[in-house]
Amino acid sequence: MPADRDGRPSGVPWVLWAPAAIAVAFLALPLVALVSRVPWPDLLEILAAPEIGTSLSLSLVSASLATAASLVLGIPLAWVLARSGAWPVVPRRLLRAIVTVPLVLPPVVGGIALLLLLGRRGALGQYLDSWFDIQLPFTLPAVVIAQAFVAMPFLVLSVEGALRGADRRFEDAASTLGASPWLIFRRITLPLIAPGVAAGAVLCFARALGEFGATITFAGNFPGVTQTMPISAYLALQTNPEAAYVISLVLLIVSIGVLVSLRDRWVSGVSA
Amino acid sequence: MTPAPATSDVAVAGPIVVFAAASLTESFAQIADAFEAENPGTTVTLSHGGSSALAAGIESGAPVDVYAAANAETMARITGAGLASSPEVFARTELQIAVPAGNPGNVTGLADFADPDRTIALCAPEVPCGSASARVFDIAGITPAPDTLEQDVRSALTKVELGAVDAALVYRTDVLVAGDAVQGIDIAEASEAPAVYSVVALSRAPNSPTASAFTAFVLGGSAQRILAAAGFTPAAGITPAAGITVD
Repeated sequence: MPADRDGRPSGVPWVLWAPAAIAVAFLALPLVALVSRVPWPDLLEILAAPEIGTSLSLSLVSASLATAASLVLGIPLAWVLARSGAWPVVPRRLLRAIVTVPLVLPPVVGGIALLLLLGRRGALGQYLDSWFDIQLPFTLPAVVIAQAFVAMPFLVLSVEGALRGADRRFEDAASTLGASPWLIFRRITLPLIAPGVAAGAVLCFARALGEFGATITFAGNFPGVTQTMPISAYLALQTNPEAAYVISLVLLIVSIGVLVSLRDRWVSGVSA
Repeated sequence: MTPAPATSDVAVAGPIVVFAAASLTESFAQIADAFEAENPGTTVTLSHGGSSALAAGIESGAPVDVYAAANAETMARITGAGLASSPEVFARTELQIAVPAGNPGNVTGLADFADPDRTIALCAPEVPCGSASARVFDIAGITPAPDTLEQDVRSALTKVELGAVDAALVYRTDVLVAGDAVQGIDIAEASEAPAVYSVVALSRAPNSPTASAFTAFVLGGSAQRILAAAGFTPAAGITPAAGITVD
């Protein structure tokens, strides 16, 4: 029997080993099945097809932009959230619910909500259209907005966890030495939470890369403009399944790469 | 002495699953109700989507009894794979331009679909309404400039209902379903690229007798009246050749 960190035998009863093994198989076997169906001899040829290259680069660009937007807006939001401990219960819980809801909301619902806010007849979108001649749906910015809506909470919660875990005494010391709050945030807080920010950004990027429901609902589907990798995987499955397997493999490799790069940090980051 | 029930009455019972094109959503709900009323003990579960997505589901082994497709090509995928034989044409509809109520984009005809300044939704070329649209544009000699290629005809219609696009090309019957939110504009070329619906009981149908009964029911009088009321051209008005050789 393996021993845990304290040197105690782990002593997991057999009654738990069996369902745990079934659970591992349940989570891993579909991915094994996917990998086994990938047409390896034709892999490079399929990957070289212009449509796949277009949707892959579009996905990478939009997910990067969504992550950048989430960093700029999400770190301050995480800071507010981490400092909200002294607030009254109702606004504090409301803020937390607003931040967390995209994690559990079906992405299609998020897409519909975005359409009703920012669509051409949307609550805000009608003014963007009539005053500034800006129409968001069916554009790259719409893809970025849909992805950021779904992915930003991963960054916010990760950074918030890091902020709560950071030692406030460094900030207090800087403050007594006369540093301004903005200087303290930039020179002390931010470096302290850098690992949490990195973990959050990577998770945010991975979630944005996999976004499907909100994107297809709000941003639509057009090759080269709004057709991201998950959308092209879904469409390819209807007419060219082998291409769908290859696209899925690429997305799987990216996802695994993200998680491996995070090691154990993501667990504490997300659940904090 | 009471006569023994006919064997067909005994066999037609239990649940069936019907995969049907998205554009049949409302009509098939009514047809299923009528079928269940006429055949007590049966339950019809409907699943709607793009015909190609449904075909892909059937190919990958979904336990389906009946398939209703919106074009001959998609149906040929199923019969060609040996999953069914002898589909029957049961209805037809044509493409129409759908615009939001009030026609904010001032769309008057197919030529407006080539205007890059207008926001246009078309069906993706992978689904029947997309291939029918491509044929219509081909006949009209117009290269459309769409902003989004939707997965099935209903998602294209939804973009019009929400006012997210100036126009979409959908089936006339879908425009009727949308009610006051959407206006339809006829196009002359539509009759040359109709959507021809066919239905078949799948050979692997878990409930074969009921599947066959449902297929026959779709071709029968009450189902055909439901389809006609929804704006479809019923099978009686279709020459058999039209269903097979459309291109």
